[in-house]
Amino acid sequence: MRTIDVRDVRQAVGDLLRHSAHSLPEDYLAAMRTARVEEHSPTGQEVIELLLENAAYAETEMIPTCQDTGMAILFVEVGQDVHFSGGEIDAALQDATRDAYSDLRKSVVSDPLLRVNSGDNTPALIHWEIVAGDGLRISTLQKGFGAELMSRVQMFPPAIGEEGVRQFVLDTVEKAGPNACPPLIVGVGIGGTLDTVGLAAKKALLRPIGSVSPEPHVAELEAELVEAINRLGIGPQGLGGVVTALAVHVEVVATHIAALPLAVNLNCSAPRRASLEL
Amino acid sequence: MARTVQAPLDEATVKSLRAGERVVMTGTIYAARDAAHKRLVAAMQAGEKLPLPLAGQVIYYVGPAPAKPGAVIGPAGPTTSGRMDSYTLPLLERGVAGLIGKGSRSEEVKQALVQHGAVYLGAVGGASALLARQIRSSRLLAYPDLLSEAVRELEVEEFPLIVINDCHGGDAYQAAREVYRSDGGGSQRSR
Repeated sequence: MRTIDVRDVRQAVGDLLRHSAHSLPEDYLAAMRTARVEEHSPTGQEVIELLLENAAYAETEMIPTCQDTGMAILFVEVGQDVHFSGGEIDAALQDATRDAYSDLRKSVVSDPLLRVNSGDNTPALIHWEIVAGDGLRISTLQKGFGAELMSRVQMFPPAIGEEGVRQFVLDTVEKAGPNACPPLIVGVGIGGTLDTVGLAAKKALLRPIGSVSPEPHVAELEAELVEAINRLGIGPQGLGGVVTALAVHVEVVATHIAALPLAVNLNCSAPRRASLEL
Repeated sequence: MARTVQAPLDEATVKSLRAGERVVMTGTIYAARDAAHKRLVAAMQAGEKLPLPLAGQVIYYVGPAPAKPGAVIGPAGPTTSGRMDSYTLPLLERGVAGLIGKGSRSEEVKQALVQHGAVYLGAVGGASALLARQIRSSRLLAYPDLLSEAVRELEVEEFPLIVINDCHGGDAYQAAREVYRSDGGGSQRSR
């Protein structure tokens, strides 16, 4: 049994969210530098260059890369041998979010119909997983909603097959066009149920760019999809080009004989993603 | 070198702008996004006085992040314009001449731009920290309870933009996509 003080968790997660708002992941920056060379469109190249400059400036000045500092989504993997002390872990994570967003934009409304701003960017959305061991791993996405709004989930019959999957993903990216701030990272969830397929697509966005599915048939689908998306012509910011997606990550989940649930979760060209272990 | 356009926009300037053209904007523009649009349109329907002028003016769809101490404004890039489509026609009818945001507009809005002689310009989404440097002042005009969604008067200098939908029916997104679209086999990205 290992004891973790939730006040340490609050401090660490608050610091992580604060840092992640102005510091984009190195794998994303590397992918953008590659894309700058591979993009054919002069306007597209300029957009990529501008976004790289913006990332560097935001990091130096310690100001957010994008004004939409997102809704905080936390993925918490708790070892089954961990005991939390000093308060409630859920409250500590909400406090961490409140702490971090004191200087960031408050983009959350408490009720989707009444639409009154919660004033402190809480609640963070927290996904819990109990795992083996005595570790604590927390991954974060500060999800911008330009891209979230263009994401889609649909329950299909199995008969649509892989071809149907490809069409739905391409159609989603095509309809998103410039709105989701390409170059995109495309998370695809396949299988599970209505609720878990969306979570699978979101978890796909946690993977570093350049990572490949361990399942050969899924890895092949990822490669086909990224090529097909980049033939759509949308390009950086939708101003035309051959780099519309930096990566497609597909996560598959067991499902029922009657269905092929499908979710496409888009991430913009300011992917605020981070993680820590305690 | 991109041409400088002055905000508010005069008719001749609007007419001269062409989809795909790069410009920099200098002058006074107004920040308003979803919740502010809802209130503005409701106020217009109720015949109330509006907190900002409309004729010839430019509306920027932005909800800035909080300013760092000593800064004029926090990061302030464009938000998705399509969400404002359903509120846009009454504003164009009252003479709004320019809209700034990112992403596609509805056919209805594109037609209204032609009908009323107005222009839709795109700023680069996600370049928010750099864009904020081109904003020289920010003044809260209305709806402070909306926080980042409040209406603000912004003084901008050489704010970089690209004309997306001009008042002649031109569409930069559509034109650019057609140039780079390829339905054949193989990746277009160079290896």
